[in-house]
Amino acid sequence: MKYVVCVKLTPDTEELGEVRAEDVAGTDLGVTMALNPWDEFAIEEALTLQENHGGDTVAITLGSDESVEALKRAVAMGIEETMLLSDPAFEGSDAWGVAYALARAIESLDSYDLILTGRQSVDGNSGLVPAGLAVKLGVPFVSQVAKVLELSESNVTVLRALEDGIQTVRVPLPAVLAVSKEINEPRYPNFMGIRKASRAQYLATAAADVPRLDVGQVGAASALLDWTDVRKPPARVTTCELISGATAVEQTAELVERLIADKVI
Amino acid sequence: MSILVYTDHTEGRVRPVSLELVGQGRALADTLGLPLTALVIGDASGNAAAQAIAHGADHVWVAPGAAFTTFRAQAYAEALQAAIAAAEARIVLVPAVAGARDVAALAACALNIGLAADCTNLSLDDAGNLLAERPIYSGNIVTTVTFRSRPQMATVRPRSFALPERDPARTGEISELTINLSPLTDCEEVLAFAAAQTEAVSVDNASIVIAGGRGVKGPEGFAPLYELAQVLGGAVGASRAAVDAGWIPYPHQVGQTGKTVRPDLYIACGISGAIQHLAGMTNARTIVVINKDKDAPIFKVAQYGIVGDLFEIVPALTEAFRARLDR
Repeated sequence: MKYVVCVKLTPDTEELGEVRAEDVAGTDLGVTMALNPWDEFAIEEALTLQENHGGDTVAITLGSDESVEALKRAVAMGIEETMLLSDPAFEGSDAWGVAYALARAIESLDSYDLILTGRQSVDGNSGLVPAGLAVKLGVPFVSQVAKVLELSESNVTVLRALEDGIQTVRVPLPAVLAVSKEINEPRYPNFMGIRKASRAQYLATAAADVPRLDVGQVGAASALLDWTDVRKPPARVTTCELISGATAVEQTAELVERLIADKVI
Repeated sequence: MSILVYTDHTEGRVRPVSLELVGQGRALADTLGLPLTALVIGDASGNAAAQAIAHGADHVWVAPGAAFTTFRAQAYAEALQAAIAAAEARIVLVPAVAGARDVAALAACALNIGLAADCTNLSLDDAGNLLAERPIYSGNIVTTVTFRSRPQMATVRPRSFALPERDPARTGEISELTINLSPLTDCEEVLAFAAAQTEAVSVDNASIVIAGGRGVKGPEGFAPLYELAQVLGGAVGASRAAVDAGWIPYPHQVGQTGKTVRPDLYIACGISGAIQHLAGMTNARTIVVINKDKDAPIFKVAQYGIVGDLFEIVPALTEAFRARLDR
């Protein structure tokens, strides 16, 4: 059983607010970067499944050489192998381009059974790559996975959280699962893991090194979308008016009058 | 050619966001002089198609049959692909909710259509191309997505557009789609379904959200929040701290790793206001904060604040609304 986890390096969530609109198109955002927090759940699930069912784990990322930091975190948590897809040809890819490149890279592995991803990235926020990956690989896709119930050589049974309830879904392997944060509690890397991660080698794989990868399908030229007018949202200009009063009854009565006067209620 | 709206529903009960998109789809269709079509998958009652027509659709494509009685991402995506072809869709709008998001992504990728995800506003440029506004970097940056090809597709968050008026006198055509399902659809077996505890309104559809954080101190601490929500017809939300502590289930979580909401009124009770929580709620029209700590960062995004114990203030507020609104 081979577990493949797709990860991404994204801004540290504490510093997302400091990202400047003019830096979004460039390569350096000028903020601390970290493993996309949603991906930690995918890594944790791969490690738990490996502990319970055996098998091998590999983490793949597509990005600049700096993306090694995401792989390092994965290795520190316990992932064994890594693959860094880095090539100027990938720059400016849209979600389908990224999914295509990841799919070809996954097909180049000696085997693959379960592909795990986070729900979305905290920068692009689209959540499209996991579904795209399933399409490009021609395999089933289950998102919002809240629990893996059963894993066999041939299929996987999971809980899928929908708006109105939870389904139990079974799909054959290989399959792509996008996990939700309910699925587990990601482990913190221990000292041994961190040491292993810092000593590991992370060689970049270029587009030409991936078999059957057509560079016409990746990069800015193949993208179907453009981000235009990238800007900060209008600042929320508020001055908080503290409602005073001798008692809770007085204060809340005043608040209700304000909300009604403002036509909020 | 037409504008196509994916009408998401539960057993024929149409999700409000679907109708919001029918309303916005109608506006785009009128500007372009095109008909508005809707897709309804797996509704035996016929109610969803009727609702789509009453709210503005000219033509509804339906996908009935055993293959579609329960949600299956792949089968639904293939139905959407068939509808895009049958409707000769120029613009496709899909609600950005669990399930429908997957359908949109699978169909768009299979057809190599550009898809702008989780949009909050839609308009047209002078050439009639879709302009899709969406937050990126967890709401800290906004971009207007443009498309290099047609059709053009967007998933749209709940409450991005007003609910259109229902006109029961409107008429429209209903036709069945012909869908040749691929073998991949048979791979996805739904073995069981556990309906969620029925709550009147979900947190992302609610016009009023009463949210609790660490300050509610435990699962029972949410009881006064539920009472207030009930009086106001709102939903209960929560911070990550409260969800991680196991006090309330994950679907209630508001913030970066939960839902992004934009209600008319958001009442934050015992929530300090971590950046990650603010990412999910600062688009609320009015924010009210109830917190013991007058220095809590969440006061910075609020219009009104009460410094005090939420276990005194929230019940008093419930009574105040009851008395004033006669509920």
